[in-house]
Amino acid sequence: MKIEKFYNWVNDRLDLSGISNFADKKVVPVHKYHFWYGIGGITLFLYIIQVLTGILLLLYYRPTAENAFESVEFIMTSVRFGWLIRSIHSWGANLMIFFLFIHMFSTYFMKAYRKPRELTWISGAFLLILALAFGFSGYLLPWNKLAFFATKVGTEMAAVIPVIGHDVLIFLRGGEEVTGATLTRFFGFHVALLPLITALFLVIHIILIQAQGMSVPPSLSEEYEKKPKSMKFFPDFMLRDAVGWLLVLGLLGILAAIFPWELGEKADPYASAPQGIKPEWFFVFLFQTLKYIPGKILSFSGESLAIFAIAIAVVLWIFIPFLDRKGQKNLHSRTFTVIGIILVLYIIALTAISYFFD
Amino acid sequence: MVKEKTSKSGRRHFIGWSLFTGLVAFLGMLLYPVLRFIMPPKLAESSQNTVKAAKVDELSPNSAKTFPFNNKPAILIRLPNGEYRAFSAVCTHLQCTVQYREDFKMIWCACHNAKFDLNGNVSSGPPPSPLEAFDVFTSGEDILVSKKV
Ligand code: HEM
Ligand code: FES
Repeated sequence: MKIEKFYNWVNDRLDLSGISNFADKKVVPVHKYHFWYGIGGITLFLYIIQVLTGILLLLYYRPTAENAFESVEFIMTSVRFGWLIRSIHSWGANLMIFFLFIHMFSTYFMKAYRKPRELTWISGAFLLILALAFGFSGYLLPWNKLAFFATKVGTEMAAVIPVIGHDVLIFLRGGEEVTGATLTRFFGFHVALLPLITALFLVIHIILIQAQGMSVPPSLSEEYEKKPKSMKFFPDFMLRDAVGWLLVLGLLGILAAIFPWELGEKADPYASAPQGIKPEWFFVFLFQTLKYIPGKILSFSGESLAIFAIAIAVVLWIFIPFLDRKGQKNLHSRTFTVIGIILVLYIIALTAISYFFD
Repeated sequence: MVKEKTSKSGRRHFIGWSLFTGLVAFLGMLLYPVLRFIMPPKLAESSQNTVKAAKVDELSPNSAKTFPFNNKPAILIRLPNGEYRAFSAVCTHLQCTVQYREDFKMIWCACHNAKFDLNGNVSSGPPPSPLEAFDVFTSGEDILVSKKV
């Protein structure tokens, strides 16, 4: 066998037994929530697709206010399969964030953040923030009207941060206004800074998972300990994963082919904001929350208070592993399950209201 | 013996402290230009007091256009009675660019559905303050807009 020969050739020079032992021993628990273990892998797969299609887009994309829109138009109309690559990148971004949310909530409800996996949860939370930053910065790149105003409003929010707000705004925009300078900056974040930081957090996240294995939810652990059942990672679980990845790739292809991503109209800094300005769907529940906040609460600006409250909620969410005391003792906390359900319902309800009733 | 020990640890403490401050100063020296580089330089703002917003026959009554005024959008409105008004088009809420709505004869911000009356005052929605109003006058064929003095 050729492969065996190659393996032996490498093994003679570099001891591979550690890796092969590890791969041989790695198992995944099998129980009724087993299915959810595959979602993180799908998210990773989509990130890889983003990196690959992103690099392809870089061959034609030009990050200036004068050229960006036209270069994306060129990709869509003249470059062979340009429409496909761009649509996959755009749909892939949205699917990736969608699966990231599913992955986060499934690990949340399975209480996988319990000791010893606190750092896995925290690194995952940072990956979500990074993905949102990818989405926010990528949205502006085609330099169309909707994105221009969404970015204007989005970056304006930074101004409510006490003391350093204005500096943060200037840093994000590359000046007082959203201009070509903002586009160039966002491009740099999107294709260099964020991929670099994301790679770092992904490596941490994945190493932790390999070192610790998959957790069994506390609600099942008693039952599970009586009758442990597991499946080998190589090749059993991996083949299952592969089926999921193929399905997602198929879905992505279908979406991109049937609903090519729109380009809209070129941004004009002096034109009026068009109707239907909305951030991307994953920010919509926050955007909708802001709409219900009165302009003034006591003597504070309602908006600042709301943004402050959201920031606190995000920090609490990151530190969930330390807040769930029962979880630390490997017990199932109903309170935290209920908090999670309320949060999911809140996100779905506000998103639905914004799309269907506003 | 005892004395020597303390002076030794004192010396060690001093060396550690110097190394530490040295390191901090060194990092600061590396970081300072980077931080300054990140923040964009201030551009000399062209500050005009008066700009040409439109031609006399350009706008029919009950219509409007936006135009640049000191690098920011402004809006010139021709009221149904033929009179002109001009305002900053930058919404005082989160800086979207407002538009004139011919259907309900008001200034409207699409971003969070705010309405301003034709004096620039907020009539509904989240903006905290009125739109800045400008003076409008004609000079030959041109309609000029200038800052209020
Ligand atoms: C190394 C990785 C990546 C590179 C090099 C890259 C590169 C690019 C480029 C050049 C564009 C502009 C062309 C266009 O608008 O279609 C773009 C757009 C975009 N990117 Fe990425 N990207 C990467 C990863 C990601 C990730 C991880 C996400 C989301 C989680 C993402 C989300 C977006 C979005 C939403 C757009 C706007 C799509 C559009 O409207 O066309 N990107 N990206
Ligand atoms: S930006 Fe105009 S209403 Fe919010």
